[in-house]
Amino acid sequence: MKREVPVFICMVMGLVMIVQFFVPHPVSQAIYQTILKWLIIVVTFAMVLGILSLARLHLTKLRRGDKDWFYSLVAISSLFVTLLTGFFNFKITDSFIIEGWKVPFSFFTISFASGLAAGTPFMNLFEYIQVPMQATMFSLLAFFIASASFRTFRARTPEATLLLVAAVIVMVGRVPVGHMISSAIPALSDWILVNPNMAAKRGILIGVGLGGISMALKIILGIERSWLGGGGE
Amino acid sequence: MKEILRGFLKIDRRWIFLFVLLGVLIPLATGKGLHHSYPGNEVKLVYNFIENLQPGDIVMLSMDYDPATIPELDPMSRALLRHCFNKGVRVMALTLHPAGAGICIAVIDELLAEYSQPGINPDGSERPARQYGQDIVFMGYKPGTDAVMLGMGEDVRLLFPQDYAGTEIPPYHGDPKETSLPMMCDVKNYNDVKCVITISGTRMPEYWVAYAYQRYHVKIATGVTAVMFADYYPYLQTGQMIGLIPGMKGAADYEELINHPDRGMVGMLPQSIIHLLIVAFIILGNIAFFIVRREDKQEGKKGGKKK
Repeated sequence: MKREVPVFICMVMGLVMIVQFFVPHPVSQAIYQTILKWLIIVVTFAMVLGILSLARLHLTKLRRGDKDWFYSLVAISSLFVTLLTGFFNFKITDSFIIEGWKVPFSFFTISFASGLAAGTPFMNLFEYIQVPMQATMFSLLAFFIASASFRTFRARTPEATLLLVAAVIVMVGRVPVGHMISSAIPALSDWILVNPNMAAKRGILIGVGLGGISMALKIILGIERSWLGGGGE
Repeated sequence: MKEILRGFLKIDRRWIFLFVLLGVLIPLATGKGLHHSYPGNEVKLVYNFIENLQPGDIVMLSMDYDPATIPELDPMSRALLRHCFNKGVRVMALTLHPAGAGICIAVIDELLAEYSQPGINPDGSERPARQYGQDIVFMGYKPGTDAVMLGMGEDVRLLFPQDYAGTEIPPYHGDPKETSLPMMCDVKNYNDVKCVITISGTRMPEYWVAYAYQRYHVKIATGVTAVMFADYYPYLQTGQMIGLIPGMKGAADYEELINHPDRGMVGMLPQSIIHLLIVAFIILGNIAFFIVRREDKQEGKKGGKKK
């Protein structure tokens, strides 16, 4: 039953949605709108489930004192600190006023207003920790691409030579300096993108689309059940 | 000679890293930059579309990116918002990326501060101050990409009963005087927006085409990172997308088109230098590789003759 019920629900919902798509009747539209609302609720709960799963994984690692438990501590602390600062607006004021008297002490206040505003601890965490960290990680790509292209981009075969020449033309043609060298370089770069590149991409997209349709049909008809999980059961 | 070339081929990668670092740092530190980005056709398509809109028209701007891609994608969002504010086109902003809300708030706050006073547009025309609620509304983040895209085709209030700050979205065709978000009185679903512009470092634009364009026929334009823009040419050719802003170069193109150079244009000189540097590395690496290989072969033949 654990497997049959989800497969049945999936089949019914899949078939209903296919039929609904082609029937513009008000009843069909009402069903569609109701299902949309359900979908949003399900997706939101899936997100909560994901957060709980992540928290449980790291708390278990912490409790057992697994190798690299410190990283789990960082993950858990970051999760809860970010959540708290998002829900509540923490403020540290230089002074506060009691019946007209200004008291020059630091004062820590918590309000239930959203922390999603400029200058709040949540936004400061985002701007001064998350943004530089993620930008740094992504920036490393430029260094590794430069190093990898020097070491591995070799014209050993005609195919590799073709790829190399195309890459060089596109790389130079997609920056302003390409125009400064010659207007033929960006024109050639555009030709590569709009003709051979697009032809190949379209072939891939059609393949992916057909694959998606066949996979969806297999799931709806209960032939493909790996989405139920359970490994090799 | 051969040993020098062999050594060159095995150069410590940290030297390459150093060249890349200098290639980025020197132009940024000296403040030298390029004055033209030579706008591409795919960027002009987006620009022309916005340029031909009437004041009061509404576009949906979905900033679906995270901090990793801010340097490339933020300049696009800023240039697009500037263009809309200059034209009097109203913007309904949102994000479908969990890390996108903070980015949107920062960009919108900055642009609203810039446009807080009446001013003169680059073309010489006068424009009034732009205000939150009147000219732009930020709906916030909502999980469930496809569900949100489909839901907004029916009624945005299904997904976003409030804006990001918790202000209630007024009813469709409600009294604009009774709300602090009068712009939203004119929006029910995609029928009320002229186009959706998605700025993304993920596969999100494909979902916009699949769900918003195919089902509700709303026009889609996109701005994506340079590593993925080549994937979107088929959508452009079929008309499923009305335009494409590719990477930081695309952002610089847009800045040039609206005559407001900003961060995209600043990034053009370092990017040009790095592209040329990588090309130089590839060419030098290949020259050294072929010389070493030829000499190895010749030595091999000589060794064979001796035997």
